[in-house]
Amino acid sequence: MENKINTYKKITVKDLNLYYGKFRALISIELEVQENKITALIGPSGCGKSTLLRCLNRMNDLIHGVKITGNVFLDGTDIYNAALEVAALRKRVGMVFQRPNPFPLTIYENVTYGLKVAGMHNKKKMDAIVENSLKRAWLWEQVKDKLDHPALGLSLDQQQRLCIARLLAVQPEVILMDEPCSSLDPIATMKIEDLMMELKKDYTIVIVTHNMQQASRVSDYTGYMLLGEMIEFDVTKNIFTRPSKKLTEDYISGKYG
Amino acid sequence: MKLISEKGVQRILMLTAFSAISALLLIALFILSEGLPFIFKYGLKDFLFSSEWQPNLGKFGIFAMIVASLWVTFGAMIVGAPLGVACAFFLSEYVPRYIMRIIKPTIELLAAIPSVVYGFIGVMVLAPIIRDNFGGPGLSLLSASIILGIMILPTIISISIDSILAVPQSYREGSLALGATIWQTITMVTIKASKSGIIASIILGLGRAIGETMAVIMVAGNSVNIPHSALDSVRTLTANIALEMSYATGLHRQALFATGVVLFVVIIILNSIASVAIRKRMVKK
Repeated sequence: MENKINTYKKITVKDLNLYYGKFRALISIELEVQENKITALIGPSGCGKSTLLRCLNRMNDLIHGVKITGNVFLDGTDIYNAALEVAALRKRVGMVFQRPNPFPLTIYENVTYGLKVAGMHNKKKMDAIVENSLKRAWLWEQVKDKLDHPALGLSLDQQQRLCIARLLAVQPEVILMDEPCSSLDPIATMKIEDLMMELKKDYTIVIVTHNMQQASRVSDYTGYMLLGEMIEFDVTKNIFTRPSKKLTEDYISGKYG
Repeated sequence: MKLISEKGVQRILMLTAFSAISALLLIALFILSEGLPFIFKYGLKDFLFSSEWQPNLGKFGIFAMIVASLWVTFGAMIVGAPLGVACAFFLSEYVPRYIMRIIKPTIELLAAIPSVVYGFIGVMVLAPIIRDNFGGPGLSLLSASIILGIMILPTIISISIDSILAVPQSYREGSLALGATIWQTITMVTIKASKSGIIASIILGLGRAIGETMAVIMVAGNSVNIPHSALDSVRTLTANIALEMSYATGLHRQALFATGVVLFVVIIILNSIASVAIRKRMVKK
């Protein structure tokens, strides 16, 4: 129930529909994401939770044959407005993917990637940002002596934290996480979860997970999705202790999915 | 019964596989046995580094033709590589996949056009344009480079697209999610990840260009001299063999085979480099 009042709606999704060709993958989605909170989207595979997440930074634009209706407001501006520049949006709304996907470059180059994309050349400034970002992702101590090593040589959870660091370097406002722990072991998962709790002080986080324990551990708000519909959205504690919908209860009690 | 027929099939297949390999070996043996004695007799240095080619006077220096072959091939690369690689990136990164799947086979059809047709177009269309606008005889190093550059496009485009598509989609998504444009993604990630395949495609294109004969004979002009400008008429190694083999005898004939040996060695080297580059890509993945 913490902080239910006095919050700022960072993202508002209104009547969002998404079609893959004729198939309606998202059905009249309504969602409000609070600033500096962690919002979790849960549901069985194929329920549309990743698709919804990818609507928030327009990653679905990359897929041919996708049609979207409805609105997604970021700080009150519709991100599907034709005048909006997608690259600029994605600098504000960053994404961490299911499988760690560092570039086949050095650790240093991975962190500076977003900066170079934005046109930064100042080496001193970049050095400082690299150190700061890696520290915030709790990776600095492990990699500070091998910044020029290939990023693909890191362990999986280090790679995932590198991907987070590379995102922090561009100072996004919102971080979208698409099952960020699904390829990690439990200890690495815990590290990422702790990191998320730390990061929400400065960032707004939306996470997709099929791990209900994870959602209940880290998130402040949880949305349960099924077959493209948002069945229930509430404070996490309510969803897991006294869901108002039968469908939600079935899912969290393990009767379904 | 089943077992016997299985063995029979295996033997027949082995025989066919063996016949392909033995054809290669026989060709290599034949060229070498005809060409090498000449090189020993005439001297490798005189053969490779003299540009006097006068078979009736017993002078067989192929330097001018080596230079011409290298220039024509280099020119073809200057024309074909940027066009081909740019086209490959456009089709794989900017165009919806289904359109790429229609256009790529269409481009590959370019490889099915007989080289004599390319030569014909070179003679009828390209050479007059060059003659009228830049001077010279028209049939020249420049015409040959342009025609060959177009001929190697399908090789470069097709193999480049394959290697670009082999770059994991997750790299692109990661890059775009950091606010990069498609162009930035290409120059900062995709090109690095697909580099070896693109290089291999260019080298294979070079191999095609250096070995091409008919189109080159038709458009290059065929006079034996070291070119001083792109508008000069040149004769390549391949053209030399094709032009003179029909009437050559004795030492002259052997000299042409020796020319073939030189070509053979060059192309084997190019192909080896390409296959190493391609294998490196496979291992990396």
